[in-house]
Amino acid sequence: MSEIKKIKNLKEFSTSSDRFEGANLLCPGCAHSIIVREVLNATNDDLILAASTGCLEVCTAVYPYTSWDASWIHIGFENGSTAVAGAEAMYKALKNKGRLKQPDRKPKFVAFGGDGATYDIGFQWISGCFERGHDMMYVCLDNEVYANTGGQRSSSTPIGSSTTTAPAGSTSYGEKKNKKDMLAIMAAHGAPYVAQVSPSKWKDMVAKIQKGFAAEGPVFINAISPCTTEWKFAPEDTIAITDLATDSLVFPLYEIINGSELNITYRPKNIIPVRDYLGAQGRFKHLFTKQYEYLIGEWQDRVDAKWEQLQRREEARV
Amino acid sequence: MAETMELRDIEVWDGNMAASQALRQVQVDVVAAYPITPSTPIVENYGNFTANGYVDGEFVMVESEHAAMSGCIGASAAGGRVATATSSQGFALMVETLYSASGMRLPIILNVVNRAIGAPLNVNGDHSDMYLGRDSGWIQFDAYCPQDAYDLNFIAFKVAEDHDVRLPAMVHQDGFMTSHTAQGVHTMTDEQGFAFVGEFQPMNDMLDLDHPVTHGVQTEEDWHFEHKARQHHALMTVALPKIQDAFDAFEKYTGRKYNLVETYNVEDADSVVICMGTSVETAMEVVDELRAKGMKVGVVGIRVFRPWPLEQLAEVLKNVKAIGALDRSSPHGTVGMLYNEIAGTMFNTGTKAVLTNYIYGLGGRDLTKAHLVGIFNDLKANVDAGKPTTPLQQYIGLRGPKLSFF
Repeated sequence: MSEIKKIKNLKEFSTSSDRFEGANLLCPGCAHSIIVREVLNATNDDLILAASTGCLEVCTAVYPYTSWDASWIHIGFENGSTAVAGAEAMYKALKNKGRLKQPDRKPKFVAFGGDGATYDIGFQWISGCFERGHDMMYVCLDNEVYANTGGQRSSSTPIGSSTTTAPAGSTSYGEKKNKKDMLAIMAAHGAPYVAQVSPSKWKDMVAKIQKGFAAEGPVFINAISPCTTEWKFAPEDTIAITDLATDSLVFPLYEIINGSELNITYRPKNIIPVRDYLGAQGRFKHLFTKQYEYLIGEWQDRVDAKWEQLQRREEARV
Repeated sequence: MAETMELRDIEVWDGNMAASQALRQVQVDVVAAYPITPSTPIVENYGNFTANGYVDGEFVMVESEHAAMSGCIGASAAGGRVATATSSQGFALMVETLYSASGMRLPIILNVVNRAIGAPLNVNGDHSDMYLGRDSGWIQFDAYCPQDAYDLNFIAFKVAEDHDVRLPAMVHQDGFMTSHTAQGVHTMTDEQGFAFVGEFQPMNDMLDLDHPVTHGVQTEEDWHFEHKARQHHALMTVALPKIQDAFDAFEKYTGRKYNLVETYNVEDADSVVICMGTSVETAMEVVDELRAKGMKVGVVGIRVFRPWPLEQLAEVLKNVKAIGALDRSSPHGTVGMLYNEIAGTMFNTGTKAVLTNYIYGLGGRDLTKAHLVGIFNDLKANVDAGKPTTPLQQYIGLRGPKLSFF
């Protein structure tokens, strides 16, 4: 197995060899590029990458340019996972047949997709890849909305968020459904490693990415990716919003090993109220009215209950 | 190393076995597949070969046909020989990715065992799926019997993987009539079969770690048109001559001759039917019988459906006086596809030929010799009258009142 890259500090991490170029068309303040760089910079190994249709894809491979200094493929919205799984199958075939051009180098196979591509349209493809046990990592850039098409709800969109297809109005508080628990579903595949990460908690994130790279088989990473455009916050606040998500426990950071062993990897010193997280984003603005204010309390209860459940699972080791 | 399989000079194979044996012999690196009637045995046979050491590539059983082609695209872009098989609904589910495969210039081979597309659901053979693929940018070969299904696979790999072509190719065969009907098939040894196609030569391969590549980019109004035009250009100017070269090479190699347009007794024929699949062979039998009665009739078989061999077909048809275009797919609101293609082929040639259209065999309905005799009688009347004596479009073999249009 290849050596795990040693990362001493943030400066070294953020300036290490970049295979994802700064030249791309993502919005200023988009967390996608931060996440992608953290994933790619976590290893010195060769990379074979895929992306599903979405913001990352349309902003990084516009002919005749590419932002990728590693082999990269995009097919469609639903099949980034299977694209990289096909490449991984070819790697195994050529290895077996002795036809690899660089037989001493074992690349990592990584697919990126947004929450639309992951929770919704590509769900079956990802499930298939995980069931078959391809040696690959799937990274969901979870911005809880179809951002590339202009802000429609996905099954990752949280309750009360206003989106263009589930807008808040005089008779609606916006999204009515709870966010799908994708991590639990992927863990239920028996995957060797699944984890939630936040780009702002970079040490936690890089440790998880490296654990994922070290694991044999399919690894699922759900990365919170605050969207300045659709969540409606100032581009310079991306990291602050990400911190609010993790420190309010709206987006708890944990991992599940072999489908059962759950470890919480980040416990905020000061847990902040969910209200503060919601209040920082325009997509929840309508919740701060008399009509819909009751939802904030329900939000807090849901987050508390989930945190309780995660802690009990961690203790029980099941 | 994969085990070598000892084959008799002539094996009794159905079309599915013929296709799977060809895939085994060319030593495909990755097969990503999903079962669907009537192409399932191609995948099952291949699984059996894999389980017994005759395949040393990867055999990935995915969760849908869309995923099958998605996996094939990823594998092909990674840099190796790739193939799969499907039919009907599965083909329809794959369509999105068919355009990706050709647009990304990936030489994937897809065996399509032709079957109707529902609703109503139907497992039997017609050409609805083949027609659905016709604008997808793939090369499309049509097999009429198991021998063709075997041979055309080798030819397909040779053409598709040529670095001047780099386009995916389908090998079509009729569901059940070819896929499940065992016939004598002349074989090549494993060594001969592989040697005809040769080692896969990668190009723009993702797994060349020293030369990263970006596959499947975004192009908008500034570049999309040029990309699609280049793809069309490759099909029109490169693929067709390369297919002819491969046919010639295959004939030298095995003695078995294929043509872009297959003809049977066409040279002096007044009337011909044009069709695809197993119907070509049925029509040949009928032509023999009618010739014995003094009728000047012939058959034209489309061997290469895409790229469409327009010039070759016009040449073949230049002296014909009546043409029956036989379409085994519901045209749903217009003339049949072959009628359209042949009309387009002949329009500027100064032909006076009368062209009529027959819709037949949907959902596995038999095309009988009696049907074909009836068609040839229609065509004879058209020759004598110098104009259509029937409606332009007639349904053949349909129960109930006679159905015709135009």
